[in-house]
Amino acid sequence: MDAQTIIARRIALELHDGMLVNLGIGIPTLVANFVPPGMHVFFQSENGLIGTGPVSEPATALAWLTDAGGRPVTALPGACAFDSAMSFALIRGGHLDLTVLGGLQVDQQGRLANWMIPGKMVPGMGGAMDLVIGAKRVVVAMQHTAKGKSKVVKQVSLPLTSARPVHLVVTELAVIAFPEGRATLVETAPDVSIDQVLAATEAHILVADEVSQMAI
Amino acid sequence: MKNIPLQQAVEMIPNGASLMIGGFMGCGTPEPLMDELVRQNKRELTVIANDTGLPGVGIGKLVEAKLLRRVVVSHIGLNPETQKQMIEGQLQVELVPQGTLIERIRAGGAGLGGILTPTGLGTVVEEGKQKVCVDGRDYLLEKPLRADYALVHAFICDYLGNLAYVLTARNFNPVIATAADTVVVQSEHIVPVGLIAPDHVVTPAPLVDYVIGKD
Repeated sequence: MDAQTIIARRIALELHDGMLVNLGIGIPTLVANFVPPGMHVFFQSENGLIGTGPVSEPATALAWLTDAGGRPVTALPGACAFDSAMSFALIRGGHLDLTVLGGLQVDQQGRLANWMIPGKMVPGMGGAMDLVIGAKRVVVAMQHTAKGKSKVVKQVSLPLTSARPVHLVVTELAVIAFPEGRATLVETAPDVSIDQVLAATEAHILVADEVSQMAI
Repeated sequence: MKNIPLQQAVEMIPNGASLMIGGFMGCGTPEPLMDELVRQNKRELTVIANDTGLPGVGIGKLVEAKLLRRVVVSHIGLNPETQKQMIEGQLQVELVPQGTLIERIRAGGAGLGGILTPTGLGTVVEEGKQKVCVDGRDYLLEKPLRADYALVHAFICDYLGNLAYVLTARNFNPVIATAADTVVVQSEHIVPVGLIAPDHVVTPAPLVDYVIGKD
């Protein structure tokens, strides 16, 4: 299983029937591929849709039905469309059960940076700051390291997305939670040892009394 | 509402005007108005919108033609030309969280003095802004936004100017239609009054000043 699939499959275990869920661009989008059969999840695109379906075939692509990355998508039966004020009322107003976002860095207090690298890359925050402050549960989907450097760091050096800590970080190596505001290793990926996770992690992370293997 | 040709609608807009433009990564942007702004070479414009589109798509056309002096947007990641002009100092970019941006526009259109939001607290977004504590919780005071013109994309417009939108092309459009001195609409369909049921009208006709006629 490749890194992205491990991450997406593990995060899919966070889904429950009837949840309203927002998936960010990149690895988070893949989570939708692993919804268990029979479970109904409402997926929101912040550009104004609940009931976002798979990317559409070129022949049926509709210019007026896109995801938050501007790609033509489909809408599932029961979908609804709304303007951006409603979209962010859902996000900021405590109606969104789960948001899954990509990350550049998460520190040992659970603070996320994911919207710019000063001097290099300034995409803008888009909806990320509202999602992190507003969702009931915030999950970060990211590779554990980038160019050999840990993305789980002691202290975020990039501009923060929010001062509010995230709830869970899922990488291809581990699941890290933040009980009492401290990064804690709670699960490892199949065939990954606790020592391997600690060796790949810059942050000082606690190890839970019982570390289980991801049930993927 | 007045029905006018595309060329005349854009001739009204002076250099240096501020424009709110509908659309999300190009979806729901009034493309004929973008093309005509480029053709008439309007300069020094300020654009308030969700994003700056993609290269060759939506507001991306205005960026490439170097018509813009300043943009107030939430995202420029899909338009490398915007980032390039920003780094070279040709284009001022004010980045605003998307939920804050749409509420600032809503406030501008609804006669509110601003909005209080927790978004951006403890980040660079709070710099220079007033914090307000309500019932023990902190918020940022974000001020209303208005513009000289709103350039709106609709799906259906009736002869009075009532508007309905389609799927994700709705996005910022109904909100910007409340927040500009002059509202110009490009609609995919223009239909007799009554074809849009009263309950399905999203933007009431009195908000609309001009509708671009079919060529």
